[in-house]
Amino acid sequence: MNALALVFDPIFLQPFLTGLAFAVLLPLLGAYLRLRDEWLAALAFAQTAAAGSLLALLVGLPLMLGGLLAAMAAAGLKSLFEGADRGRQGAWYAMLLVSGWGISVLLIANLPLAERLGHALFDGQIYFTERSHLMAAGVCVVVVGGALLRLSRALLLSHFFPDFFRARGRSAQRIHFAFDLLVAASLALATMSIGVMAAFALIFVPPLVAWRGDGGWCRALLLAVVVGLAAYLLSFILALVLDQPFGPLLALTLVLAGVASGIERKTRFRR
Amino acid sequence: MLIDVRDLVAGYDRPVLGPVSFALGRGEVLGLTGANGSGKSTLLAALLGAARIFSGEVKKSAGLTLTLQTQQHPDVAGVPLTGSELLALTGASAAGLPPWLSARLDERLDRLSGGQRQYLHLWSCLQAPGDAVLLDEPTNNLDPDGVVHLAGALHARAAAGAGLILVSHDAEFIAAACDRVLQLGVVR
Repeated sequence: MNALALVFDPIFLQPFLTGLAFAVLLPLLGAYLRLRDEWLAALAFAQTAAAGSLLALLVGLPLMLGGLLAAMAAAGLKSLFEGADRGRQGAWYAMLLVSGWGISVLLIANLPLAERLGHALFDGQIYFTERSHLMAAGVCVVVVGGALLRLSRALLLSHFFPDFFRARGRSAQRIHFAFDLLVAASLALATMSIGVMAAFALIFVPPLVAWRGDGGWCRALLLAVVVGLAAYLLSFILALVLDQPFGPLLALTLVLAGVASGIERKTRFRR
Repeated sequence: MLIDVRDLVAGYDRPVLGPVSFALGRGEVLGLTGANGSGKSTLLAALLGAARIFSGEVKKSAGLTLTLQTQQHPDVAGVPLTGSELLALTGASAAGLPPWLSARLDERLDRLSGGQRQYLHLWSCLQAPGDAVLLDEPTNNLDPDGVVHLAGALHARAAAGAGLILVSHDAEFIAAACDRVLQLGVVR
């Protein structure tokens, strides 16, 4: 069976489509996170979502709900640091990240059923995703993508003209909070499907590569999605053909893309 | 009247400005000058509600739309945003831009010189739809051609019905661009 036929095999089609949704959405969100220099918050949200899913297992709630609630609570706490300097914000994201990891590892060590879930959350469980994951990913792309389209100009405006909203008697804080909720929800759902680090890699690396291009914002968004999709497709096929875990392959493929684009850019500027 | 300021004393932890009174109407360009520490930028902040008002009052016409251009601009290094995209954010038109800038609107901001970026940022605020524009040291980083073009653009914006307040250390520019000048003193 050739590689593409494997992707379209009914057994793998559902997981493939689930991951595909996040391969489009996360690079877009990552571009705005990178603009705000808040990429570390993404990792903190993903880690918190993993801890939330494990806590949900402990108390008997649906795992997806636990992850969503934890990530969105983290976004709520983050909003308390709106306006703080970069150092304080970074320290808060790091604290959240470490807390999420600590809680997760403790739960995995002490709950009989948590080990398998923990393994899935950290390494990715894309081949075991169910119809509910696909449905959630589809809804997430439509809702978050639509909301991002509406928020895009305001997010850029508040970055390049920090006083624009205040001068007009409006607050940029609500816009930033809405964006944080979108990121937290998307990462929580993505973590449940492709794992913490693969989700983080998809939100961090494609914008990094895309920003090195020559065009403007719209072109960078398009390039970020192309990079995310290409890396996702390649990793999915490689994982199937080589019988390897998907999450690490995606993360490493994206890292290679990041390094290659960095070398290409340096070479171009030397010429 | 767009803005009416009466006996305003403003600052942050303590007063750094005032008492000062002035009014700004449509079609006017008001210049604010004064030594460092006289509270020029604080006055602009007070008009926005970003500084503490200790006494006096700031009255604004109902539904007044203000735009502020500050001296601090976010770092654009590595950010893929073109000049056209920057203008589109505030809704500013590119019509009237100097040729040395209009020809480069499709380039990324981080490929432009500091003066060109400053002018684009300034233009984005100056030409944003609204009633009044506040500009803080707009001639920073501009070359003589840019300063001359800016003075003309300010007059054109005022003629189109906006009220403008500009803070500057550049006495020659203030004289060329403003209808009235308010000299602020340092609060001891």
